[in-house]
Amino acid sequence: MARILARFLVLLLVVSICEAAPLFQPISDSHRSAALELFTLDHGSFKSLEETYEALRTFQILGIEKKPDVTAAACHSISETVGSLSSTPKDLFYALKANSIAECKIHAKASKGIISSLNSAVSGSSSLLDFYYSVGGLVLIKDQSSKDDLQLADAEGVFRSVKAFSQSDGRWRYSSNNLESSAFAAGIALETLAGIVSLASSELDQSLISTLKNDISKLFDSIEKYGDGTLYFDDKLVDGYEYKGPLSATSSVLRGLTAFAAVTTGNIDLPRDKMLGLAKFFLGIGVPDLKFYLACRVSIPLILSLPAAVLSLTKKDSLKVRVATVLGSNAPPLTVKLVGVFSSVSKDASLVESQELKFDQGSGLHILNDLLEIIDVGSYTFVFEVVLQEPDDEKVYVTGSQTKVPIFVTGLVRIENSEIVVLDSDLGSVESQSKLDLTAKNAVSLSANHLQKMRLSFRLTTPRGLAFKPHQAFLKLRHESKVEHIFVVGNSGKHFEIVLNFLGLVEKFFYLSGKYDMEFTVGDSAMENSFLVAIGYIELDLPQAPEKATRPPLQAIDPYTRYGPKAEITHIFRAPEKRPPQELSLAFLGLTILPLLGFFIGLLRLGVNMKNFPSKPVPAAFAFLFHVGIGAVLLLYVFFWLKLDLFQTLKVLGFLVVFLVFIGHRILSHLAAASAKLKSA
Amino acid sequence: MAREKSSKDNAQALFNSLRSAYAVTPVNLKIIDLYVGFAVFTALIQVVYMATVGSFPFNSFLSGVLSCVGTAVLAVCLRIQVNKENKEFKDLPPERAFADFVLCNLVLHLVIMNFLG
Repeated sequence: MARILARFLVLLLVVSICEAAPLFQPISDSHRSAALELFTLDHGSFKSLEETYEALRTFQILGIEKKPDVTAAACHSISETVGSLSSTPKDLFYALKANSIAECKIHAKASKGIISSLNSAVSGSSSLLDFYYSVGGLVLIKDQSSKDDLQLADAEGVFRSVKAFSQSDGRWRYSSNNLESSAFAAGIALETLAGIVSLASSELDQSLISTLKNDISKLFDSIEKYGDGTLYFDDKLVDGYEYKGPLSATSSVLRGLTAFAAVTTGNIDLPRDKMLGLAKFFLGIGVPDLKFYLACRVSIPLILSLPAAVLSLTKKDSLKVRVATVLGSNAPPLTVKLVGVFSSVSKDASLVESQELKFDQGSGLHILNDLLEIIDVGSYTFVFEVVLQEPDDEKVYVTGSQTKVPIFVTGLVRIENSEIVVLDSDLGSVESQSKLDLTAKNAVSLSANHLQKMRLSFRLTTPRGLAFKPHQAFLKLRHESKVEHIFVVGNSGKHFEIVLNFLGLVEKFFYLSGKYDMEFTVGDSAMENSFLVAIGYIELDLPQAPEKATRPPLQAIDPYTRYGPKAEITHIFRAPEKRPPQELSLAFLGLTILPLLGFFIGLLRLGVNMKNFPSKPVPAAFAFLFHVGIGAVLLLYVFFWLKLDLFQTLKVLGFLVVFLVFIGHRILSHLAAASAKLKSA
Repeated sequence: MAREKSSKDNAQALFNSLRSAYAVTPVNLKIIDLYVGFAVFTALIQVVYMATVGSFPFNSFLSGVLSCVGTAVLAVCLRIQVNKENKEFKDLPPERAFADFVLCNLVLHLVIMNFLG
């Protein structure tokens, strides 16, 4: 699956190029070698025609020279597919697409065969993909065999059948049974419809085209966006295997749109900022040096980018902005305005006034130099606006509204007045005090007992002299037995202080007395001089641990072993019961039959007879059925034990019991009447 | 010596009188008695087996023994109801008693088969 996705990434991104336009920028060798690695010949041919086409197209766009073995393999599979009568429309479609690149010769007879089979496929199509492959195949064979008279019979009918798959929200379904719709299918449908229009013998009904344009604008209403103005199409993740992803969906829609725009007269009304958003999406994917053109009828977006989003106060960086077209070529004359600077604290109020950036002709950048006099360290959002100088350019280029760019400003944070003090708990009098130099390793040695407190304090100031709260300000105490305790240093304004009251911390320290190494760290992404420094050590004298105190956690010799595999768990399964030997069981089975035999022998000895069995036919039948019924119930019980379950048994038993009761009643009442008659007689 | 002989004689005389008294019971009652004996014997054999090999599938053992015991009990009930000398059941036709016996046996054996496992 990863391979397929990787191929899509390379292929669909480049295929959404307006077909006629060549590429200007050179592609790097890393792209070429990646493509060669991805598409390899397996025993002299590619695995499928789809892969053959993808390989050829990728090599073509990346500028890899046609290798003879690749071309030969491609031609071989293409001619095989084209010549065979049983090729599916999908195979023919990909074979013809590959052929448009590989340019193998197709015989006239074979192309006639293809045309007829594709035509029959079109009339027999029932799903969107069937239409796509058959119509697309016809368009391709028309180009390749230069049969200008190839036309689609009943183009309007086919158009309507494809249009039947559309939905009111602009997305399309794959078939009439499948209710799932997707933007990817919309792109495929647009391409198919464009193919139908190009193959039609006469002008199609304009109302069809205009409803389609409405559908396209509805599709664009469902476009999704990221916070920075990037727009893309995405489909609902229903089935993980079928899910194509935003890149595939967006590329497919653009391909369809391009194809459709090429065949219809008149413009398609699309909001220009949507085009800009889509351009940003493709650029945001991060594939370097691969630019793409949009269809010639849509405006070229201008992209604002910053070479550096992190500015350093110490290096006195200046703010630089570059505006270029999507291709990377130069923008027309324009000015960049800094509308405002917002921080997380002041979300609405800008920290600077709106000002214009100066354009430096030499580097092509717009620069603002003296900004950093005003701004302090931290993260900000800069809002820019691009204003074109020539009013005619407005029609060709689209600039979009304000662009928000997150900028990070770093600088040196000053640390002063740092000292560490041991105080008496009750009186607050200072017992020992040391000044710290937090730029170098210190060797402070203090001692304290559990009745005392330790205080560490310092001041932090930003380059502008304001208070600064770093992301991390921690004090770590480590005992000789490697038990560690970490404390967060809090602040009020510029003053940072932490007080460790050992009386309260005795239990937290597990009553461990001894030497504790102290380490101190202050860090922040905006600080250029974050540090971690060892301060020294403190000898703590804590009371004895009481009986019920918690033991300190065992420290691993190598702390990384706690991430290693744990001990293997052996499961103890219940030993199966001892069963007796089979011969013994069978012997007792035989022994159980013995009393039954004894019963029959006893019956014989008693002289049982069947004299009372009714002789007349009707009662005799009933008597027989009675015995049969009882026998059937007993047989049912045997089946119940062998394979039926209780509910099935009960169902059958219900019927049998009703039958038996009826029969039994008849025969037994008959016998009773007979014996009563005998008694009275 | 005489006492021993007399106790042995007594036992023998008792046995003989029982035997002769039993001889006059009607045949259908004797059939039922035979059936009861057969059921009890089967139960005994099952208990001996369980004593030999252990009671591992205890539900099977129980169902086997209870089937024998249950059918023996039902047969005894039938005997009581069918016996002409029993004044209590004078008005109950023996066919009705037999029908009850058959039906109750079928229900008992359904339960037994379910419990057999």
